Amino acid sequence: MPAKKLNLRKRYELLTRGMGWETTHQKMDDVFPYDSFEGIKVTDWDKWEDPFRLTMDAYWKFQAEKEKKLYAVIDSFAQNNGQTNLADASYLSAIKLFITGVTPIEYAAHRGFAHLGRHFRGDGARIACQMQAIDELRHQQTQVHTISHYNKHFNGLHDPFHQFDRVWYLSVPKAFSEDALSSGPFEFITSISFAFEYVLTNLLFVPFMSGAAYNGDMATVTFGFSAQSDESRHMTLGLEIIKFMLEQHEDNLPIVQRWMDKHFWRAYRLLSLVAAMQDYMLTNSPMSWKEAWDVYFVENGGALFEDLSRYGLKMPKYHELATAEADHISHQIWSVFCSLGNATGFHTFLPTEEKMAWLSEKYPDTFDQYYRPRFEYWHQQQKDGTFEFQKGLPQLCQVCQIPMIFTEVQTDPMQISYRVTEHGGDKYHFCSDGCKDIFENEPEKYVQAWLPVHQIYQGNCGGPTLPDVLKWYKFTPEDCGHYIGSQDHARWQEWTGADSEAKQA
Amino acid sequence: MAIIAKDGYIDLVRDRVENFHGNQLVYVGWDDHLLFSAAQAFPLPPEMPFQALVSEAMASVFNDHPDFKEIDWANAEWVLDGKPFSPAMEASLKENGVGHKSLIRFKTPGLKGINGLRL
Repeated sequence: MPAKKLNLRKRYELLTRGMGWETTHQKMDDVFPYDSFEGIKVTDWDKWEDPFRLTMDAYWKFQAEKEKKLYAVIDSFAQNNGQTNLADASYLSAIKLFITGVTPIEYAAHRGFAHLGRHFRGDGARIACQMQAIDELRHQQTQVHTISHYNKHFNGLHDPFHQFDRVWYLSVPKAFSEDALSSGPFEFITSISFAFEYVLTNLLFVPFMSGAAYNGDMATVTFGFSAQSDESRHMTLGLEIIKFMLEQHEDNLPIVQRWMDKHFWRAYRLLSLVAAMQDYMLTNSPMSWKEAWDVYFVENGGALFEDLSRYGLKMPKYHELATAEADHISHQIWSVFCSLGNATGFHTFLPTEEKMAWLSEKYPDTFDQYYRPRFEYWHQQQKDGTFEFQKGLPQLCQVCQIPMIFTEVQTDPMQISYRVTEHGGDKYHFCSDGCKDIFENEPEKYVQAWLPVHQIYQGNCGGPTLPDVLKWYKFTPEDCGHYIGSQDHARWQEWTGADSEAKQA
Repeated sequence: MAIIAKDGYIDLVRDRVENFHGNQLVYVGWDDHLLFSAAQAFPLPPEMPFQALVSEAMASVFNDHPDFKEIDWANAEWVLDGKPFSPAMEASLKENGVGHKSLIRFKTPGLKGINGLRL
């Protein structure tokens, strides 16, 4: 009788299992001290389905191929002055936001997965996390290398890691990543692998990568292709971890649901910065935030949760509000950046008539009524020479750390959403019920938040004046302010002709 | 909810009033004036007269708006920490019940922002 053929799963299991072992000199709980405290019950780690089924030598081989291809393109881009093919130098505000706000969270993800690569009890899960840890480090590294070419020619790209730890709007991604990093391993992986890298991944990746493609940024496009197949492995890991936890024990469901609710909301709030990038920073905008939300969350996310409902998992709390807000958040975030453009490390600029016509078309229910008027007012002020950046500092949300600019979109879009709670005799303010719920579930964690505005007022940010703080941020005057009249703009005009059509206002 | 942490949390409240060198944080939001995207945060001495909050701190930011100099302060409507309130202008913030991280919202009837659009 012919020998039975092994399926892929069984083959991989036989090839790789048995490399972990039950310790005898030390207690397993001492060897793996982090994976029980969250209350997630795992009865049988052997039920883990390897999402990647890669051996280390296959991993290195595939990844090395990607590196060879990417760096050949980066070299070519540099040698051929690829930066001159951009739609406009003002587009680089998106890349400045990326290198300061996204690249450091790739590094944070690397650190997180490295930790998990040691601390999950199951050896299959450890291997998956070790590979992802190297993926994330590679992403951070390749982003730095890709974008370093722009750093030769443009401002605002020179100190991303220094700025990530200090700058007021960068505390938004920093707080997001540190929330996950300071959680236990199961919460970390639910947050990053499932909520961020599965449910919401396309809302980060597509805006930046198709934005790059539509604006002549071939370097970033190539990075995107290089990372894309890593991301599909990451998505598989995210889905596997959710299914694994939910199949292992019914007690895990309420914990997983709570984490899903929390990290959906945190990631969604973080993505509001991407929404503004997508709608306002790109010279040529292929897709609006609202369109992306409808496809990638309402449709695709809806289908995913439909599929997961057999485990009892529900759509994340406040998802309807997120969908209602899709008509608003990009405009609200860009408004606050334009108001405080003297303190951003990327240039700000008002939308042109052409861009506003596009926004009217993409946001028929909201743009003309709620947002066009302010941009037109600021345009007039800039024309008259009376425009001034806002003095003073905004109130920040205790949890997402974004200025409290979000409004009651379901009832009164011109009314700021104010939420508050008391803890330990002090008041804490939030932009939404979503952020307030997160605080109230773990106040001991969020009372520790390093809020940039409060830190400035405590005197911890270089000094009392704005120039003191900007110096502490390592912002140079050339990094900040309006695009028109900046060094980047002057350089762009030099390359493309001083009378070239103004793509930004 | 019971704390879920491996070794507990350290007791660190980063924004205790003691950390602000004699000041307290006060947030002021001007309703219907969304040209200011968010309420403004100010570090202020608790003993400061409420009048100074209005004429100095608030003015330093809100003066950029054409409505600000038109305000009839006698008719302004105030809300302190969610409750309607009538500030005593000569009394201090503290005496008025404005504490650390209090949120003050004010409305200026008849002044509805740029072109009456709540901006």
